[in-house]
Amino acid sequence: MGLAKRIIPCMDVDAGRVVKGVQFVDIRDAGDPVEIARRYDEEGADELTFLDITASSDQRETMVHVVEEVAGEVFIPLTVGGGIREVADIQRMLNAGADKVGINTAAVFKPEFVKQAADRFGSQCIVVAIDAKRVSSGEQASRWEIFTHGGRKPTGIDAVEWAQRMVVYGAGEILLTSMDRDGTRDGFDIELTRTISDAVGVPVIASGGVGTLEHLAQGVIEGKADAVLAASIFHFGEYTIGEAKQHMADRGIEVRL
Amino acid sequence: MTSIVIIDYGMGNLHSIAKALEHVAGKERVIVSREHAQILAADRVVFPGVGAIRDCMTELKRSGLDDVVMQAAAEKPLLGVCLGMQALLGISEENQGTECLGVIPGKVVRFADDMRDDASGDRLKIPHMGWNQVHQQGDHAMWADITTDSRFYFVHSYYALPEREEDVAAMTPYGIEFASVLAHQNIFAVQFHPEKSQHAGLQLLSNFVRWNGDA
Repeated sequence: MGLAKRIIPCMDVDAGRVVKGVQFVDIRDAGDPVEIARRYDEEGADELTFLDITASSDQRETMVHVVEEVAGEVFIPLTVGGGIREVADIQRMLNAGADKVGINTAAVFKPEFVKQAADRFGSQCIVVAIDAKRVSSGEQASRWEIFTHGGRKPTGIDAVEWAQRMVVYGAGEILLTSMDRDGTRDGFDIELTRTISDAVGVPVIASGGVGTLEHLAQGVIEGKADAVLAASIFHFGEYTIGEAKQHMADRGIEVRL
Repeated sequence: MTSIVIIDYGMGNLHSIAKALEHVAGKERVIVSREHAQILAADRVVFPGVGAIRDCMTELKRSGLDDVVMQAAAEKPLLGVCLGMQALLGISEENQGTECLGVIPGKVVRFADDMRDDASGDRLKIPHMGWNQVHQQGDHAMWADITTDSRFYFVHSYYALPEREEDVAAMTPYGIEFASVLAHQNIFAVQFHPEKSQHAGLQLLSNFVRWNGDA
């Protein structure tokens, strides 16, 4: 008994609408982030993550309203990522009711930003998102590098060293996405997850590749993740959060039921 | 109409706690304030806080709110949350030793870096982050309709080590068993975030809104 492993559904939001095909048969408005957040909360999600993929900056303000509305009726932790580039962006999201912000690209281009953010707001609300891709092949020792631009641009930065550096800078949590597995539904990159989780003292959220409930359990049992994040298996109504938790519990994982 | 004031001393985001209290008490009863007179006139006071303890104590002293918190703690139902709980103890190890308010005898210490899970042997991460069990120690009006071992949402690296066993209202396991809730007369102080703990958290806040300060 003790601390539960967390299940976190992630929603991509574009100009205030959830995209990437959320499909609940009995939901009034499948694109409404508030309605979907409420649903996940009822199903027992441990936290919610919104990824703002809005391209045009003049529509960014819509995300603030989404967070305000969700925070007014869903009382579990909310993380907002995407477009967090300066202290003012963090302040705006926290004021709107977010509990944590995810910093991704901005950390790669300006690592000091993570330090600045953690000093100002505390490590507890700074999640550093790491997009890693395997660069070793065949017999070589496994190695992953940080990629930007949705996994298209290599940076030459070693993923393990980067994760450790981000923790030194004040990251309170690492959101680790395997760019090799993202969207494949083949399961997490377990070796990557375990390597990073063993390398840092802060919690690691595994992301990228979930296609079955067993993948979630593997992320925790084999990957040593402290939390697992998934999008499509929940969005399409294939599985509820409750079913995911039950499966994890059946595999001997401590969850909040 | 009784009022609930959330003390705003510049430490972090009070949006969540205000929204959760409004949800259980009604919008018109919840006030976020740094005005001494308004805080002292309230029927109930919430003492929140996130961040580092030294910043917290510096802000409290600079604004003169340290005395206000002490006075409120002496005379009306007061709910300490997270850093607000820690600030009620005597001293914290954080920031090379920080003197706190000393309302509840005891100190605040950091989790050890090398803690391991008993069952799996896995390293326990710091901060202690997520939903953990809160094991009630005896009855208290604030536990109404909340079963023992209910899960609440935690995020912290330091924990309270009170001197008096009778001040401990709940324990939580994380490598060790630590005091996750303290209760002393009209003070109830929680290490977790009730405003982020869904049903159990809202129930606790709802109990606070009705609590007269007796155990």
